[in-house]
Amino acid sequence: MVGIPTLVHVGLVWVPTLASIFLSFTDWNGIRFSDMNWVGILNYEQIVTVFERDFFQAVINNLVLLLFLFIGPTALGMLIAYLLDKELRGSRVYQSVFYTPVVLSLAVVGFIWQSVMYSTEHGLGTEIFGGGEAVNWLGDQSFLIAFSENYGISRNFVAILVAIAWRHTGYIMVLYLAGLKSVDASLKESASLDGANEWQSFRLVIFPTLKPINVVVAVITVIEALRAFDIIFVLNTPRRTQVLSILTTNNLLGEGGGNVGRGSAYAVILFLLCLGFVVWYVTNHYRESEYQ
Amino acid sequence: MTTATAPTRRIKPARLLLHGFLIAMAILWLVPLVGAFYASFRPFADTVSNGYFSIPDVSTFTLDNYRNAWEQGDILQRYWNTALILVPALFLTLFFSSMVAFAASRFSWRFNITLLVLFTAGNLLPQQIIIQPLFQIYNRISLPDFLSNSGRLNGSVWGLILIHVAFQSGFCTFVLSNYMKLLPKELNEAAMVDGASVWRQYWSVIMPLTRPALAALATLEFTWIYNDFFWAVVLEQQGADRPITSSLANLGGEFFTDDNLIAAASVYVAIPTLLVYLALQRHFIAGLTLGSTKG
Repeated sequence: MVGIPTLVHVGLVWVPTLASIFLSFTDWNGIRFSDMNWVGILNYEQIVTVFERDFFQAVINNLVLLLFLFIGPTALGMLIAYLLDKELRGSRVYQSVFYTPVVLSLAVVGFIWQSVMYSTEHGLGTEIFGGGEAVNWLGDQSFLIAFSENYGISRNFVAILVAIAWRHTGYIMVLYLAGLKSVDASLKESASLDGANEWQSFRLVIFPTLKPINVVVAVITVIEALRAFDIIFVLNTPRRTQVLSILTTNNLLGEGGGNVGRGSAYAVILFLLCLGFVVWYVTNHYRESEYQ
Repeated sequence: MTTATAPTRRIKPARLLLHGFLIAMAILWLVPLVGAFYASFRPFADTVSNGYFSIPDVSTFTLDNYRNAWEQGDILQRYWNTALILVPALFLTLFFSSMVAFAASRFSWRFNITLLVLFTAGNLLPQQIIIQPLFQIYNRISLPDFLSNSGRLNGSVWGLILIHVAFQSGFCTFVLSNYMKLLPKELNEAAMVDGASVWRQYWSVIMPLTRPALAALATLEFTWIYNDFFWAVVLEQQGADRPITSSLANLGGEFFTDDNLIAAASVYVAIPTLLVYLALQRHFIAGLTLGSTKG
């Protein structure tokens, strides 16, 4: 009853995970096992020296994405959910509008933004902000905000962030809507009777009761920010703006071609970054629950 | 949007402001969607010369994009490819994870928590840590020709079904175990007294009560597996067997030179998930929140 499902899950999820960790210490080219040599931490050393620029820029981009998801889509999604929870007319319509991007495939979302919004010459972005001139929204890698000569937040990455926000906000909204529905209505009322203003009653009464949802949203946001792939892959046409997931995939199968060792090392770094949050969440969940 | 303009007897300024804000946001959210949908009915040349949001010459409106995308994109075949992966993957995922969830949440035994931790954490791993060894394993497993065009697990629908089941059962097990845990313990005891086997307890007692959670998960997983991009792009590199979502990424370069044709193809890609969402909206939202009711 448990055997086969566990075998499938462990065999195809956990065994490959361990295998990646092992492979990251080798120089395998992915063809013959006999070509595999143990190289110790060489791959990791190279990542922070030879490929330093790609790597640190990717880490910066992942962190920027994380920060952005919290202050952008998460805050906005929470706000919209809070407003829609007030039993407005047309609440269902609004909900559907904000949620539709979430059910669309990333390929479709990518296409829509690439052409309709970001088409260099006749996209909407260019028509509104271009002042009659073409704007290379997705190709301009110059820094909008530069941290140093080599590192910063590039313009095309900001364009991608906007598209991500468009898709992510509805997801967060739905999570909070459900959370708010389960908040006792009398709680909301009593706060306003006590003369608390809107912001106070939200901050002091409602927000604390949303803790379970906050935890889930935090985990989702962190994990999604770290493993973000699809939409960046689709919108990142020249493949220059890196995030960790793309560096991994490029080294495994892409132009770099069959550098299994280094690709795996990137994957392991990504894995270690996620691991902390995963462990935190899982231990919390199963400690509080009444399984024991 | 008509609801928003409908006048109420006493118009409160705060409400008005609220609707104003929401309408503005909703319009912002609709612009890209409407833009793509609109473009799909126009010849590309018209869009190019006038821009995406130009007022068109109505006489140029056409269904040609849809007709051409259908043929050139081989859309029917792509839907079929997707169904071949999606249907078995969906059923197996729910079947497998409901069994694990049942065994781990209804009975206390030595490793039940370990098992749940394994599945929960597995669902949160980045796919990139899995893909390389998986690709290598798949490449080294041979399948007879009638099962796979490539002669290997890599590039066959079986490989994709397997990884979907393996990866998605993490999330489903997590959600289902949370749900089953809350069902009264007496159910098992009563069934045991009646002499029902463990299988009977699972299939005839617990599963019917878990139906709301299963329905919610089914809708969610439908869109997730349907929308999958990463696994299909990496593990199904030959074009012909690709499911519809990942083939769209290819079509851009391979066949289509004009964006409005891709817009029409995008509409084809979007239709199934949109229909499922609109028809089963309730389940959908329940599914997203099931996992989160207990932090």
